[in-house]
Amino acid sequence: MGLHRGHRARPLEWLAEKIILLISLTAILVVFLIFLFVGREAWPVVIGATNSSLAQEYQEIIPPEDFARVPPARLRQYLGLTRQQFEQMDEETLKDLMALRIEAKAQMPDDPDAELNTTEWRYLLGPHQWTGYDRPAYIWQPVSQIHKYNLVPLFIGSLKTTFVALLFAVPLAIAAALYVSQLAPPRAREWLKPGIELLSGIPSVVLGFFALIVMASFFQALFGYPSRLNAFVAGLALGLAVIPVVFSIAEDALTSVPRSYTEAALALGSTRWQAAWQIVLPAALPGVFAATVLGFGRAIGETMVVLMASGNASIVSGNLFDSTRTLTATIAAELAETVVGGHHYRVLFLLGALLFAVTFISNLVGDLVIHRLKGQLEGKR
Amino acid sequence: MTASTPTAPPAPPARRFRASTFEPVSFFCTGLTGLATFLILAILALILGNIFLQGGAGLSPRFMFGNADKDMFDVASAGVWPMVFGTAARVILMTLFVIPIGVTTASYLTEYAPALSPFTRIIRGAVNNLAGVPSIVFGLFGLGFFISAVGGTLDVFLYPDSPKPVWGKAALIWASLTLAVMTLPVVIVATEESLRAIPLGLREASLALGATKLQTVLRVVLPQALPGILTGGILAVSRAAGEVAPILFTGAAYYMASLPQSLTDQFMDLAYHVFVLSTQSPDIEKTRPILYGTVVVLLLLTFALNLVAILIRARVRRNLRRLA
Amino acid sequence: MVAPLLSPLARVTPPDAASPATPHGHPPLIEVDRLSLYYGAARALHDISFAIPERLVTAFIGPSGCGKSTLLRCFNRMNDLIDNVRLEGSVRIGGEDIYARDIDVIELRKRVGMVFQRSNPFPKTIFDNIAYALRLQGFRRKSEIADIVEQSLHQAALWDEVKDRLHASALGLSGGQQQRLCIARAIAIKPDILLMDEPASALDPLATAKIEDLILDLKRQFTIVIVTHNMQQAARISDATAFFYLGELIEHDATGKIFTNPARKQTEDYVTGRFG
Ligand SMILES: Nc1ncnc2c1ncn2[C@@H]1O[C@H](COP(=O)(O)OP(=O)(O)OP(=O)(O)O)[C@@H](O)[C@H]1O
Ligand SMILES: [Mg+2]
Repeated sequence: MGLHRGHRARPLEWLAEKIILLISLTAILVVFLIFLFVGREAWPVVIGATNSSLAQEYQEIIPPEDFARVPPARLRQYLGLTRQQFEQMDEETLKDLMALRIEAKAQMPDDPDAELNTTEWRYLLGPHQWTGYDRPAYIWQPVSQIHKYNLVPLFIGSLKTTFVALLFAVPLAIAAALYVSQLAPPRAREWLKPGIELLSGIPSVVLGFFALIVMASFFQALFGYPSRLNAFVAGLALGLAVIPVVFSIAEDALTSVPRSYTEAALALGSTRWQAAWQIVLPAALPGVFAATVLGFGRAIGETMVVLMASGNASIVSGNLFDSTRTLTATIAAELAETVVGGHHYRVLFLLGALLFAVTFISNLVGDLVIHRLKGQLEGKR
Repeated sequence: MTASTPTAPPAPPARRFRASTFEPVSFFCTGLTGLATFLILAILALILGNIFLQGGAGLSPRFMFGNADKDMFDVASAGVWPMVFGTAARVILMTLFVIPIGVTTASYLTEYAPALSPFTRIIRGAVNNLAGVPSIVFGLFGLGFFISAVGGTLDVFLYPDSPKPVWGKAALIWASLTLAVMTLPVVIVATEESLRAIPLGLREASLALGATKLQTVLRVVLPQALPGILTGGILAVSRAAGEVAPILFTGAAYYMASLPQSLTDQFMDLAYHVFVLSTQSPDIEKTRPILYGTVVVLLLLTFALNLVAILIRARVRRNLRRLA
Repeated sequence: MVAPLLSPLARVTPPDAASPATPHGHPPLIEVDRLSLYYGAARALHDISFAIPERLVTAFIGPSGCGKSTLLRCFNRMNDLIDNVRLEGSVRIGGEDIYARDIDVIELRKRVGMVFQRSNPFPKTIFDNIAYALRLQGFRRKSEIADIVEQSLHQAALWDEVKDRLHASALGLSGGQQQRLCIARAIAIKPDILLMDEPASALDPLATAKIEDLILDLKRQFTIVIVTHNMQQAARISDATAFFYLGELIEHDATGKIFTNPARKQTEDYVTGRFG
């Protein structure tokens, strides 16, 4: 019947299929590229190839008289300018800068800390007794001449705000998920769920604005703590961003528990609450756990809320009412001022890489748990 | 059953159904979860109420369409048109990238990929992972990849003599691409969901008539999935419109004298402007009306879109339930 | 491949050994040879060999789950769409092994039409449901398409009911009408073979009668294979009948023989309703 033409009969179809396959590799490619390009900028810090030591930096001096003799690229690097800045400056300005550098060297603080490479891991993670301090301390202060890059205050800041956010959001969201999925009258359910999901439609910058303008003053008046912006306020606002995430996932997990479980319990004479609490919730517990893990990922990665509401002071303290500075806010606030390729720039990329790693893991855990749960529930059905 | 005595067994005590179903613990706990639900909705209402009550008044055509050219912080003259324009430009541009790629990926996953292959699992894993990457990391990625690597390379080849970078700097195109990468999972997930809801019988009907797979996907499957694709697109747009972190280093400008003229220009942005007004105002009390007004405009944009998406989705789900 | 139209019930001498027997001695069109099919590890078809004659109606009967649909779907390779299906043996149509490597499945499906067990009209208009099939065949002229649409709707006994609403959604039709639309769609492209999987299962007696008339009418042009649970229907319309049980072909013979004088006890029990 002339059927023998095979696949080669439709080259366009074949081509289209290959193109579709290629395009769907984008997602994999992008994850890989994020890993590569964020990691690439951070890598020198990881292996200790950056050096922030002032002594090292001022070792070499090019006098303004040598301006004509030095290649522009070399000069730009020497002055630590971005390409754009460099192109916009005329010769006079550049010479002035070169002169300034000589002055800076002269004024280089007579400080043993100026010799340190503060991007070494022991300074990034361990305490150090800086000049002027009476004991070793964890300090993030990448300003003035000696950049102090200790990450511990930022970790603490991120953990503090995340802790408050989860403490506030998780119980509330899970209780609401339980209510909406199991207890609410079906008619109410129809609008309760989209209602709560609307919360996820509020941009985080608006939550940040609300925390900054309204909540901060309100809670300060209520509790009377000294710093208006702090981990507590930021955490609450952050919680508002976390609620819809936890709610959606938990509600989904609870709803996917087969209806027959509930019906069996009800038929035995238990109340709706007893069926929900004793039968449905335990069955969906992995999903609820996953919701919490993914909520954690959302909270630790959120930027604008904490940038606007946390006060941004990098203080090592356990007090929730102190100002605090998170990993994300630090990147957002400082990256614009850094020199591309400089040590400050690279340390900020290191923060980004760490964040990527943390959320990567929490996502992986969350997804695995949900996957297993769905498999289990479907198998049992 | 085995009563051996001739006397009838004593009648069981009459059950009072009404009273026996009341159980105080259950009642209390149900109330508690209901309260939690109510609390969340109340907070939502509070936030929206506060914003719309305070910001609604300041909305005027002059504010919406006025330029910000004199002084951004001047209550009498400030307008948000350049920001609205910038935000619209970046999200529209973004959809041009993200919809085709997202829909194609979703089609591959549901129509072409073998269900259990490790390859499919990796794509799914990547999509899930992408959905959880913090937005600020996308910002770093945009800077490190799009601006430095791609833009820098373009400059080397296209404009080797230009003293200023043309592509290798923050620009509208890079911000849009960064956002496209960020919202890719949103589009993929929504499209996939609606593709999966299409009964196998439709695909079989088409294939049995001698349609090729591509014809089936293009003419039967995708038209059916249109509401889902639409929802995905709207959700992506509303998510992207409110994001600041990814565009902080990739394109948003604090101030620009004119609207962006080309893909390589920077732009003023509504969401970023909320941040600027909140944190950098010389006198927060005096500029409050502009701030609230800007927030309202931003919310109207993102929220209206979200509401539409949620309604479409609820509708589609209800229809599906009816069909099942 | 034109065969003289023989009287359906005329029994002829057994055919030569080279090709499998067909009950009427009609030239075989579909030849199934030692066919087994597995869904994963479960075997749904067990070593089936027989031949389906050209331009006659062959009915598949058997209890639910015995593999009738599965076998039917082997003839247009619809089973390719299901993951994990494995096939042994061969199916030849017009002498060509349709599971050979270089077979163009798309072309095959254009020649072998199918009406599914569950009606599956596209969510398009009634007209477009049929026009879609025609456009796939390369028809472009509007008037030509409209003619064929009308003609196939007539054939499927649906025209009078839908002629005023050709451009309304097909999903607004009743279940039986939808099934007839699917039949119209399948015959519009004039396949050589028409596979029908319980086409009348959702229809009332009147519509069923129309479909049966249609089948008797169609067999002048097409070779028809029909799955049915309705014994009277099989007896009325088919020329040959194959009885399946648990994935095996128990008996295949002229319909008259199967229903009056079957060779196997199982067949007799089934057709007389004494089964199980
Ligand atoms: N997609 C599938 N995956 C796994 N097993 C299947 C699949 N389709 C059918 N089967 C199994 O193959 C066997 C034959 O199924 P088939 O649909 O061919 O039966 P049938 O004779 O058409 O039944 P009915 O008269 O009810 O339509 C059954 O046991 C069925 O469970
Ligand atoms: Mg069947």
